[in-house]
Amino acid sequence: MRKIFNKELLKIAAERKNIYMILADIGYGEIEPFANTFPDRFINCGVAEQEMTGVACGVAMEGNTAITYSIANFPTLRCLEQIRNDVCYHDADVKIVIIGGGVAYGELGMSHHSTEDIAIMRALPNMVVLVPSDGAETKAATRAMLDYKGPVYFRCGYKNEPDLHDGKDVADFRIGGSSQIRDGRDATVFFAGTIGVDAKKAVEDLEREQGISCRLVSLYSIKPIDREAIVRAARETGAIVVVEEHNLSGGVGSAVAEVLMDEGLSGVKFRRLGLPDVYVTKIGCQRWLCEEYGIGPTGIKAAIKGVLGK
Amino acid sequence: MNETEAEECRALAKKIRLHALKMVFNGKSGHIGSMLSTADIYPVLYKRFLRVDPRNPKWAERDRFLLSKGHGGAALLACLAECGFFPLDWLDRYYCDDGKLSGHISHHIPGVEFSTGSLGHGLPVACGMAMAAKRDGARHRIIVMSSDGDLNEGSTWEAIMLAGQHHYDNLTMLVDYNRLQALGDSEDIINLEPLGPKLEMFGWKAIEADGHDPQAIEAALKRLPLEADKPSCIIFRTVKGKGVSFMENDYKWHYGGLVEELYLKAKEEVEAM
Repeated sequence: MRKIFNKELLKIAAERKNIYMILADIGYGEIEPFANTFPDRFINCGVAEQEMTGVACGVAMEGNTAITYSIANFPTLRCLEQIRNDVCYHDADVKIVIIGGGVAYGELGMSHHSTEDIAIMRALPNMVVLVPSDGAETKAATRAMLDYKGPVYFRCGYKNEPDLHDGKDVADFRIGGSSQIRDGRDATVFFAGTIGVDAKKAVEDLEREQGISCRLVSLYSIKPIDREAIVRAARETGAIVVVEEHNLSGGVGSAVAEVLMDEGLSGVKFRRLGLPDVYVTKIGCQRWLCEEYGIGPTGIKAAIKGVLGK
Repeated sequence: MNETEAEECRALAKKIRLHALKMVFNGKSGHIGSMLSTADIYPVLYKRFLRVDPRNPKWAERDRFLLSKGHGGAALLACLAECGFFPLDWLDRYYCDDGKLSGHISHHIPGVEFSTGSLGHGLPVACGMAMAAKRDGARHRIIVMSSDGDLNEGSTWEAIMLAGQHHYDNLTMLVDYNRLQALGDSEDIINLEPLGPKLEMFGWKAIEADGHDPQAIEAALKRLPLEADKPSCIIFRTVKGKGVSFMENDYKWHYGGLVEELYLKAKEEVEAM
């Protein structure tokens, strides 16, 4: 996904001469084409994320679009006050792009996991939060992000994550939208990000093994969120499971629950699946850790069956 | 600057001090020491140095002035009002319910370039503005007002390193160097000395000037940029609480509030300056 992001960014930056890339010494092997093609719009601030975010804000205050780009929680938590006071309060056109959300950098350990980012970023006024799940959504989200004027948080995967859209583009991608991967009648499984591959496997297994039919929806826009898709899922399928590679507190599940409560849909069968308010201390790759912490295919299947009472 | 012009600057500085005292007293707020410390710098900046237009605060070619020590914002607000950026009566409701002016400066006010309040934010943003101006070939200058406390922040030093690395000679940092901060003497908390040589080792050119003498302030500003291909720093030697005998050089006036008796005494002393 990061390769797709960088390729799409390069293309758009050639069209728009006011897109800057502001780095904190991260991006080896990916950012060189931008740096070499647009050297006057590129700066490596050194390992200094607070300064990187302030510089990006200053660049944006002068009528430009500035992208900060780093891994996991480096460009968010280290410099959260700069994001809040500088970027969001001034509604500056800064795009905060992380590579490797959730436990994508599993084996590197807790310092490189980003498992509270969605909750924190969506709590900031003026911030848009995008969490694409595969290459097609990444490509579409990159353009949508750059078409939008204002702060955006973009949680990108870092590997060749499996395609969930059968090789097709997401033509109707929009900030505030969602993408239905497949339809179903018994329940809706919402997810955000690269954990979609586990959700898809769980849903396909359940249909094949037990005839349970699930709608599967990628909530690639967490803020604003696709309220209409959530309400429709509640009314049409009567049961909702939300899967996220993120702490349970304040993340995607919370965002969906807020919509359901706001809309008076408290009677819907509902379950959130995420990290149970813990730091990930076990060591392993992303998919292994998800399974181990109960948010992989086994845990998702159990949650769907649980919510349906099966 | 001749003596008449210097006297005009001193007269505006007196107005700024009187406004600041009244604002802090009316609003029951604090930070008066930090405001009085900078009161002599603003008249020279806004009347004789910065290219700004009160009738067109967002003029694209304006010089950018960022107050990184946003807690001292009332003095800047008083200066902006006196210069015509917004009505003077806005000052009456500073720090008050439904007023327009908060205790830390906000970009929602005409003439305020950037909102600050938490320290360490001004210089990194100014670096971004300097980078963009260089690329655009723009001639405006980017000026940041820092302070002892602001120079405690790691983010300020990150930006100091960046500005030196990239030769931002369109960037200037002014330091309101009153040698006090919230809980005491700076040299007992984080000793910045020797500040000028430190900055020069980071690729800057730095000079010192008396921050209460309009002629010295202007002479220093007129030297900008201090050296080709380097960011500039003017370390203004100032006195926290300047103009009010019982506040001068006493760190308790970083936060201290004014009761009526002290307000009247302070006002009387400033009027006699």
